[in-house]
Amino acid sequence: MPLPEGVYCLMAEFETPTALVHAAHEARKAGYRRMDCYTPYPVEEAAEAIGFHRDEVSLVCLIGGLLGLAAMFGLETWIAVWAFPLNIAGRPYFSWPAFCVPAYEWTILWAGLSACFGMLALNGLPKPYHPVFNAPNFRNGATSDKFFLCLEATDPKFDVAGSRSFLEAQSPLSVVEVEY
Amino acid sequence: MATKDAPVTNPMIDPVTGEYRVIAPGHTFKSVTDKVSRIVLTTHTPLGWWFGFLVAGGFVCMLTTAVTWLFVKGVGIWAITIPVAWGFAIINFVWWIGIGHAGTLISAILLLFKQGWRNSINRFAEAMTIFAVMCAGMFPVLHLGRPWLGYWLFPYPNSMNYWPQFRSPLMWDVFAVSTYATISVVFWYMGMIPDLATMRDRAQSKFAQFMYGLVSLGWRGSVRHWVRYETASILLAGLATPLVLSVHSVISLDFAVAFMPGWHTTIFPPYFVAGAIYSGFAMVLTLAIPIRKFYHLEDLITIRHIDNCAKVMLATGMIVAYGYSSEVFMAWYSASHWEYFMMWNRMFGPMGWSYWTLITCNIALPQLMWVRKLRSNIGFMFLMSLIVNTGMWFERFVIVVTSLSRDFLPSSWGTYRATRWDYMTFAGTLGFFTFMFFLFIRFLPMIPMSELRLMLPGAKVREKAEPHSTGTPVPEAGD
Repeated sequence: MPLPEGVYCLMAEFETPTALVHAAHEARKAGYRRMDCYTPYPVEEAAEAIGFHRDEVSLVCLIGGLLGLAAMFGLETWIAVWAFPLNIAGRPYFSWPAFCVPAYEWTILWAGLSACFGMLALNGLPKPYHPVFNAPNFRNGATSDKFFLCLEATDPKFDVAGSRSFLEAQSPLSVVEVEY
Repeated sequence: MATKDAPVTNPMIDPVTGEYRVIAPGHTFKSVTDKVSRIVLTTHTPLGWWFGFLVAGGFVCMLTTAVTWLFVKGVGIWAITIPVAWGFAIINFVWWIGIGHAGTLISAILLLFKQGWRNSINRFAEAMTIFAVMCAGMFPVLHLGRPWLGYWLFPYPNSMNYWPQFRSPLMWDVFAVSTYATISVVFWYMGMIPDLATMRDRAQSKFAQFMYGLVSLGWRGSVRHWVRYETASILLAGLATPLVLSVHSVISLDFAVAFMPGWHTTIFPPYFVAGAIYSGFAMVLTLAIPIRKFYHLEDLITIRHIDNCAKVMLATGMIVAYGYSSEVFMAWYSASHWEYFMMWNRMFGPMGWSYWTLITCNIALPQLMWVRKLRSNIGFMFLMSLIVNTGMWFERFVIVVTSLSRDFLPSSWGTYRATRWDYMTFAGTLGFFTFMFFLFIRFLPMIPMSELRLMLPGAKVREKAEPHSTGTPVPEAGD
């Protein structure tokens, strides 16, 4: 795949989350769809403003948990009944109440691992390189105290001059062009 | 509540509610970020850090010595005998695991209850959990006799055609503790990713930028990522909550499933869990008080945190007290000769002093925490945290040693006297814990910056900037 070239996005920097959310609303109203916000802490309103409502992390977690439950309970049953049957004080081989505890633990283990790694996978992380890092002011603020709105060049409505003047109208601290 | 009439002069008290503030007034996103990241990114390591690090390192050497000798000679160098086959190893195991539990409580349960004040202390409480579980995990493995065969505990296909026995609580322990350790690490690391990205962006040296860049996985703070991240955090919190309750319950079942007088009771699981949280909060204070002083973090870890920890300790301490009284009551009410003797032996037998130490440290002295003035007295609270941790150690000592040393048949009675190797191993794990903690506060952000920002006055989105268009579904933007 050839490396993409040219403009990746226009990035506007804002001082407050309120200004960011306002600008994101305006951008969506103006018809932009391929855009993203970058914030130093979770700003739910910004996600709503760009139209991102649902995530599938819960589903991944549920599936992981059920697999963990099935895996451990199945393993215990197989060991106790078929692979290594031991008569412990005349108790049945299939002592399911005792098997619940490790199965419970593995439900949690697999669900937790699925939630974390599922979240990372859905986010496309780890991804050490990303064009937004090319913005000169991005690393200075995005992870500490500034709020960014990024209109991506792949959006059909995007054109450098028009989008720039749109962003300038939202009273940002700055608007920069970000290259790939 | 503060006195109503007098005007509030203390800036750390919110004049509206009369409560202590969670964060000192006047902080901004930038000041919080600077304050926390500077501790790590400074090129100047404080002399005090080196001192503590080296002392703790000395203790780690002692641990290594004790463990090496154990490998050479076997568990005979410990004081374990028949009838007291579980000595310091299990006492320390339960004590350490218990300490870990407060970290999970703070990070998970208080997150579910939306207790914002926990944000300043959750990162290092979680770190405390991980290091405590590491210390705890050593003991059962060392106690195996042939620790290098510890992996036999796990079910895996092997040439002996042998599989573990899942009806035993000791086997449940393996899964409870290993799950707990894994989930704690995952929760801790995931919570740290945004802060590691902050460190990456603020680091000056190339090496630090590279290392933090590596571990922050390219986090860039996209709100889409944040939404998934928040979901994952809540899910992990929701999973860690039943997990932490189950871990100490399973550990208590190691005892309760046995027929030993004083062990065979149904109150053990809740009483162990409460005790775990009790000692864990004490350990949080033991760590937080010197750290906030040394790194001047009084603005971020405030009297409010200490006060709240004291209240949790008071509450869990009362549950523990209920557990002790229930044990005494049941010893009488059961009309069992053995139970009755067990309780008499605990109180007035040759090791009665340990029972009264435990009652003094865990029940009598902590009642002083009812006084608000004392709760906000840093020195007092530090002392109290040490007292409670001592008391909780003695609780496990009493449970393990007094029950085992004098069971049903007087002809099989024995006693227990820990050897120097026992003490060295225990002190060694204390050193190891401190050692790991020193490394943690030097190389990782010990206060979650992204969560602190949420609590600052400017963090909320002000006026709802026009309701966004609803109705017709719009195509999702690509991710």
